[in-house]
Amino acid sequence: MDSHTIEFEINGKRASLEVVSHRTLLQVLREDLHLSGTKEGCGEGECGACTVLVDGRSVTACLTLAVEVDGCSVRTIEGESEGPDLSPLQEAFVKNHALQCGFCTPGMIMSARALLERNPSPTEDQIKEAIAGNLCRCTGYRPIIQAIREAAARRKDQSAKG
Amino acid sequence: MSEGLIGKGVPRIESFEKVTGTARFVGDMDLPGMLHGRMLLSPHAHARIVRIDTSKAESLDGVAAVLVGEELPYRLGLYMVDKPVLASGKVRHHGEVVAAVAAVSEEIAARAADLIEVTYEPLAAVFDPVEAVKPDAPLVHEDLHTYHTIKGVFFPRPHTNIANHARLRKGDVEEGFAAADAIVENEFSLPQVAHVPLETHRTVAHWKRNGAIEIWSSAQSPFAVRNLLSVALGMSHSRIRVVVPHVGGAFGGKAGIHLEPLVSLLSRKAGHRPVKLAATREEEFSTLPCRQGLVARIKTGVTKEGKITAQKIEYLWDAGAYADYGVNIGRAAGYSGAGPYDIDNVWIDSLTIYTNRPFGTAYRGFGHVEFFWAIERQMDMVAREIGMDSCDFRMRNLLRPGSVTITGEEITENTGSVEKCLEAVAAEVGWKERSSLGSGGNGKVRARGIAVLHKAPAMPSNTAISAILKFNEDATVDLMISGVDYGQGTATAFCQMTAEHLRIPMENVHFIWNKDTDRMPYDWQTVASRLTFMGGNAVIRAAEDCVSQLKDMASRALDVPVGDLEIQDGKVFVAREPARSIDYRALVMGYMFPSGNSIGGPVIGRGTCIAEGLTVLDPETGQGLPAANWTFGAHGVEIEIDTATGEIQVLKLASAFDVGRVINEALCRGQVVGGCLQGLGTALLETFIYNDEGCLINNSFTDYKIPTARDIPIETKEIFIETPQLNGPHGARGVAEHPMISIPSAVGNAIADALGVEIMELPLSPERVYLALKRKGNRD
Repeated sequence: MDSHTIEFEINGKRASLEVVSHRTLLQVLREDLHLSGTKEGCGEGECGACTVLVDGRSVTACLTLAVEVDGCSVRTIEGESEGPDLSPLQEAFVKNHALQCGFCTPGMIMSARALLERNPSPTEDQIKEAIAGNLCRCTGYRPIIQAIREAAARRKDQSAKG
Repeated sequence: MSEGLIGKGVPRIESFEKVTGTARFVGDMDLPGMLHGRMLLSPHAHARIVRIDTSKAESLDGVAAVLVGEELPYRLGLYMVDKPVLASGKVRHHGEVVAAVAAVSEEIAARAADLIEVTYEPLAAVFDPVEAVKPDAPLVHEDLHTYHTIKGVFFPRPHTNIANHARLRKGDVEEGFAAADAIVENEFSLPQVAHVPLETHRTVAHWKRNGAIEIWSSAQSPFAVRNLLSVALGMSHSRIRVVVPHVGGAFGGKAGIHLEPLVSLLSRKAGHRPVKLAATREEEFSTLPCRQGLVARIKTGVTKEGKITAQKIEYLWDAGAYADYGVNIGRAAGYSGAGPYDIDNVWIDSLTIYTNRPFGTAYRGFGHVEFFWAIERQMDMVAREIGMDSCDFRMRNLLRPGSVTITGEEITENTGSVEKCLEAVAAEVGWKERSSLGSGGNGKVRARGIAVLHKAPAMPSNTAISAILKFNEDATVDLMISGVDYGQGTATAFCQMTAEHLRIPMENVHFIWNKDTDRMPYDWQTVASRLTFMGGNAVIRAAEDCVSQLKDMASRALDVPVGDLEIQDGKVFVAREPARSIDYRALVMGYMFPSGNSIGGPVIGRGTCIAEGLTVLDPETGQGLPAANWTFGAHGVEIEIDTATGEIQVLKLASAFDVGRVINEALCRGQVVGGCLQGLGTALLETFIYNDEGCLINNSFTDYKIPTARDIPIETKEIFIETPQLNGPHGARGVAEHPMISIPSAVGNAIADALGVEIMELPLSPERVYLALKRKGNRD
């Protein structure tokens, strides 16, 4: 089988891997790099549970071939915060009860992260649009939307102060 | 007693793990030597298996085991033991598992499954419960008369497709109809739908060489998995260990037993190596169970003053190919299926019927979402028939203190109030003012609808749960209870109750997450909105047991009677001299006097709860006590219907439940907001679609849509009524399933109220609404 050496940045660290051409980014993240925070919900790009950031844009890792991220910067939920600390986005999810079973949560946070990077002050409709590809069967989405609004407001406050 | 923590909306205790992606689910597990499983599915709805050739699959490098049904003489089931581990002799639905493979990688396992050659001989099939009860219908289970079931509780009819026939008889319906001024008869139906947990069913199993089995599974009920497997395999319970880590949504679809036996048997055949099997999304739709379909026929007699005199109901449940759990849904509809109304004369026949479709199981609401679609649509139609406001009509007939339910249970002041729920939502959506509703313009019409609901836990009369509280040296306490929290928030509620009753900070309560039948005390199943109610009682009793042990030691240490002692802030103290106190730390491992003499010992509290007072129902009349508690509720909805496209937008949804007592305001609200949207999925979007051969053709997220963030109501209002449940923890009742119930009816009622079209089937998709409007236009 055809394999390639790819080099990319994963959560800020360099990685060099030998991957078979048909392996997906999701498989490589979960199986080779043991980053199991990214979940598989459907394997066909419809549920968003495997959302990660590639060069700041949100993609479904199950529909992305690992070879495609050669030379790119990849961010997963494991890169969102370190140690006992949470990112403001994660804190807003906790405070607003924006999670129940937790299976969609990593992908949801990554979609929210991508949104806030490109649009620091999203409207409610823009938030809904940004997470419309992330299915959640538990929360009814309302607390998730609220959490993202709150995280955006907090970022704005901080940048105003800074 | 002050109740500082009870009712507070504290964030769920497992938030950190879940927002950081470190919460461990079954799919994240990896064991040394672990193999990967793959299933081969039937392409036919009903076919004889003529031959299975596994030779090519077996000779593929990396394949460790290939299993077929002929090798597995085991049958499974919770209430009706009708399910083989793998199809044997014949397949009964499209998507049924015919063979399975274990191999060193997922890819090889998939390739090996493709190499298995199966020759089928298609059989005549039946896809409709109405057809399936006809005398000449093809039989789905020829051997029904040989299946084990619970005698005196379930009533299969041998040599037919009827897996259970539940009967309810109260009063005399013919007399009731004779006394009526109007009689309204209607038929309603709804299709099968899927639970759609984001995590598909996943199991890791290791059948060890010493004959013991270890299982890690995305299950709702570790002890039910162990028990059913033990019964099916004829193995001691003590030889089977079931562990449940975090579970990514369940909604009833992970109750009972699913992939666990197959994966265990694959492991045995694969030389005792552990095997992991993760259902694909397609398998989650076609192979794992769904929610049953229903055809409901209702005849209601009513006086011109609006009193219901009689109600005769026939429920025909489309169980699909297996009814191991489904028979109890039909039974629950038998004892609960007239709604929260005070009616003297009721007759219900609830038939659970086999067809050649994927099979149904428990799904949030356990039959009530389905039959309330019929009951609450019918109530509006009856009110319209006699020219009465449908809210007033309901108010005239609702259960209230002194009413007797259809099984003969008397409603008291403490049962809960459906009237208050209906009043609250009617006021919230402005039901009485709806004539002033403006139009949205451009052919858009605004409409309001209401509906009520009730549900009790559907469970055996000996359902039990237990909890253990085990103190650590630093006076933190480990909470062990086997009810699974797959998102409901019960774990957090239990920690609140524990902290409250032990008078310690909540962070000193350590909830043990991996539910493990080897290490945890017994629980029946995490189903039926019973966990906060029954588990809460067990937790409180365990805490009280600890307190009594702590006070007993303190009484001897301080030389005062136990009755003079109080607890607060992690201390036992003398009520009249608070300065005389002992910190829990000095007690939890036993108390040592200054002399060195020691008394007591490590503090371990034990609490149990059993469903006291329930009875088996009379087989002919259904009379008896089936309900540990009733949770009542109501929804009011305001929608905008685009008459040009049939699309519906939900502008406002108000929902009220008599929960007895809110334990955690935020998580309780979370159950309602989430459950209501799931109900809107059933109302507006979701349905299984089959081709003529009975193959499920929308078994993917591309073709089966659930609500997204763009489909949520513009405004929601959650209202909690608190009529304390006398035997509930702090007065609480369950509310996990109830938010989903009667949402479809409220929307259907709104459409009928505003546009005069009576839609009898779900979902209320744009296509169905548009066509109904068009038909009406043609008629007018």
